[in-house]
Amino acid sequence: MLHLTAGRVAGLFSRRGVAALSSSSVKMASHGHGGVTEQADMSVPLYWDRLDTPLPDRPYKDTLSAADKSLKQKEKGPWNSLSKEEKLALYRITFNETYAEMKKPTGEWKTVMGGIFFFIGFTGLVVLWQRYYVYPPHPRTLDEEWQAMQVQRMLDMRVSPIEGISAKWDYEKGQWK
Amino acid sequence: MSLPKPAMRGLLGKRLRFHLPIAFGLALVAAATFKFTVTEPRKQAYADFYKRYDSMKEFNAMREAGVFESVRPAGK
Repeated sequence: MLHLTAGRVAGLFSRRGVAALSSSSVKMASHGHGGVTEQADMSVPLYWDRLDTPLPDRPYKDTLSAADKSLKQKEKGPWNSLSKEEKLALYRITFNETYAEMKKPTGEWKTVMGGIFFFIGFTGLVVLWQRYYVYPPHPRTLDEEWQAMQVQRMLDMRVSPIEGISAKWDYEKGQWK
Repeated sequence: MSLPKPAMRGLLGKRLRFHLPIAFGLALVAAATFKFTVTEPRKQAYADFYKRYDSMKEFNAMREAGVFESVRPAGK
């Protein structure tokens, strides 16, 4: 009974999937449908979208189209001549997600909390079943009358007469204060 | 784009100078609160109890109730 919401599935796949995928057509390791799988080549520098690695080992797009190549040539000149769209295009060549996009809240906590409450509830049902089918009958020392006899004996012995139980009993009137 | 240079040194000292007096103050307050809400009333309760305590009377009451094994209730 897995409770995977769409958001959680997307969260599981987005980081790893995008990091390995790039325009150099390296595929994710699939779950072996017949033997031949393509895996990311871990011996060359890889690209990561990570909060603690601001400059990954290689740019996001490493095979550039003709338009990208001409843009890169233009980047070698003065940057004032670049328009805003060109600057953004250059950013997206080097990086996949911005920090704002990486830090976007995923809503995964809702699934987590939901799962927690569900399983606590289920445990409650298990405990209830246990109370009726597993536990042996009570020992007689837990009966009402036995407990009353115990309290009476404690009062007779003057247990904790200063601040405790016997201090709260009125011995003249024979009742609790 | 010229931001002020952030503090590079003395960070721990600054934190301690701020937090230690507060910590000591809170500890003293906690100790004083406990003293005046728990220990002083307890000492007073014990003093009051023993001011009017008659041990023989209590002993006889306990004896009559039958909780002792060394003495039986007075009578048969």
